[in-house]
Amino acid sequence: MRSARAIIIRVGERLLSSLPALLGVLVVTFVLMRVLPGDPAVFFASGPNAGQAEIDNLRQRMGLDQPLFVQLMHYLRDVGTGNLGNSLTTGQPVLTDLRQRLPASLELTFTAFTLAVIIAIPLGIAAAMRPNSLIDHGVRFVCTLGVCVPTFVSGLILIFVFYYILGVAPDPTGRLDIFVSAPPSVTSFMLVDFLIAGDLEGWMAAAKQLILPSATMALFVIAPLARITRASMLGVLSSDFVRTARAVGLSSVKINIVYALRNAMLPVLTIAGIMFSTMLGANVLVEKVFSWPGVGSYALDALLSSDYAPVQGFVLLMACIFVIINLVIDVLYGIADPRISVA
Amino acid sequence: MSVITLKHVRWVVASNPLTLVAASGAIIIALIGVLAPWITPQDPLATDVANAMQPPTTAHWFGTDQLGRDIFSRVVAATRIDLAIALSAVSLSFVLGAVIGGVCGYVGGRLDRVVGRVVDVLMAFPLFVLAMAMVAALGNRVENVILATAFINLPFYIRFARAEVNVRRDSGWVEAARAGGENDLSIILFFLLPNILPAMAVQVSLNLGWAILNAAGLSFIGLGVQAPTAEWGIMVAEGARFITSGKWWLVAFPGAALMLSVLFFNLLGDALRDILDPRMRT
Repeated sequence: MRSARAIIIRVGERLLSSLPALLGVLVVTFVLMRVLPGDPAVFFASGPNAGQAEIDNLRQRMGLDQPLFVQLMHYLRDVGTGNLGNSLTTGQPVLTDLRQRLPASLELTFTAFTLAVIIAIPLGIAAAMRPNSLIDHGVRFVCTLGVCVPTFVSGLILIFVFYYILGVAPDPTGRLDIFVSAPPSVTSFMLVDFLIAGDLEGWMAAAKQLILPSATMALFVIAPLARITRASMLGVLSSDFVRTARAVGLSSVKINIVYALRNAMLPVLTIAGIMFSTMLGANVLVEKVFSWPGVGSYALDALLSSDYAPVQGFVLLMACIFVIINLVIDVLYGIADPRISVA
Repeated sequence: MSVITLKHVRWVVASNPLTLVAASGAIIIALIGVLAPWITPQDPLATDVANAMQPPTTAHWFGTDQLGRDIFSRVVAATRIDLAIALSAVSLSFVLGAVIGGVCGYVGGRLDRVVGRVVDVLMAFPLFVLAMAMVAALGNRVENVILATAFINLPFYIRFARAEVNVRRDSGWVEAARAGGENDLSIILFFLLPNILPAMAVQVSLNLGWAILNAAGLSFIGLGVQAPTAEWGIMVAEGARFITSGKWWLVAFPGAALMLSVLFFNLLGDALRDILDPRMRT
């Protein structure tokens, strides 16, 4: 009970202390918007022939004639009330667009992350248990190669092998084959929605669509995760308490998995957090390769057509997710190492 | 001194033969980059629609693309621009990072804490998103891709230089320089920074591969270098449309070039660390 309370207090503290970082991102996006070439008032005016009076009028209405600080306050108010502006390309409020597309990105990222953790941690442990063995060298080789292949190349290689040569993967466009009807939207996560609807065939179709992009993303982060797991496990395995546990005669499963692994998890957690945020960035590339309708490809399309409100919205969204991720890592830290939440 | 160093280099190379491969690979890639305009067998921009989409042959070692351009020549020509972008970005962040980190590590106190906090937050933020936003704000030009790549690398250099300067700040020779009447700025610039240079060089080499990946990633999504120019990221992006019809060579060769250069620079960085890092030198 006490530990649950400690966690809640800790979450509250961290949320408060992440406010300055969020505010910083807000100010930076605002400044970026101001640095942008071109006068928005001219942009929104009826056309190239718009008179100076009309532009001045628009500028006044948009608040562009106010001092910068006042404009910043207006911007903060808008963001606070959920008004992120409108996308010129889709004609919808940015918030609506982001809300529609975020689940696709999250589903992709979560799947990829789970995949990476499931593969990387056992690999790292196996390598640490037998240093300089064949498996250790194999893992090192995979790690060295893994960080060298850009996601957009590995994604295309996977498409070539599994779609073109083997023909086992579906057409690499979007979340669902066009002939499969989407499930009634409950959570907006395809896999979950299909399960709720009890449509196993549809679930398979969605999973097939998801597997290549998430494997692509996972490939890139397996290397750092496995490497840190190996290093951390090696350190823990040579420590005194493991030696004592061995001397006492505990089973090797108990020593390695229960005692050593738990102690080795802290650095892995740190790297996992950084990797998750790397994946959020890599989303943009992977979503482009697989025509995935997520927030990354949305921001990218907007960016390339000089539509800046969605880009700002996207950066803000990333900042918020980033704060949440750090919070989760922090709480997990407390669970993995009780000394932290006591302190 | 130099005999010991030579001996140490030989020991490192002998203990890991891959070092030699990495070093030669990195040198070859750098040479290709420098000599690119003179060694491309064909004009990387010359189109030849009659011979479009040819798989690799003896005439076109890497095949031709959708406009009949020779992919081998394009991959070679792209080496130059990709290395140039990565090198300028890394040098920029190296210089700025060394100075900022050096000053923070030397001065310490509140400045150090504030900069350290900002760097920590920045490092954990999705850096690719940050680079995208910067290019969006500053304008879609090559200079801005360099600036953005330099900016997202900066935190790593600041942190590194800060830590390295911090441990040397109170050492005897710094004390001596101070007693000799050197002011703080010249102690940082002429005593401390040259001293951490070898360690920083390792960082640069480890970082170069990452910078190449970032720059290629940005041009893959259409930022920075623009279409007809031969550049690895763009070539992969253009070839991506044809991968589902089995035209692998459009993507495979620029992709492999990208991968190999990152691999060689990373391995070289590891080797340099083994050679230069005093903690490894026993």
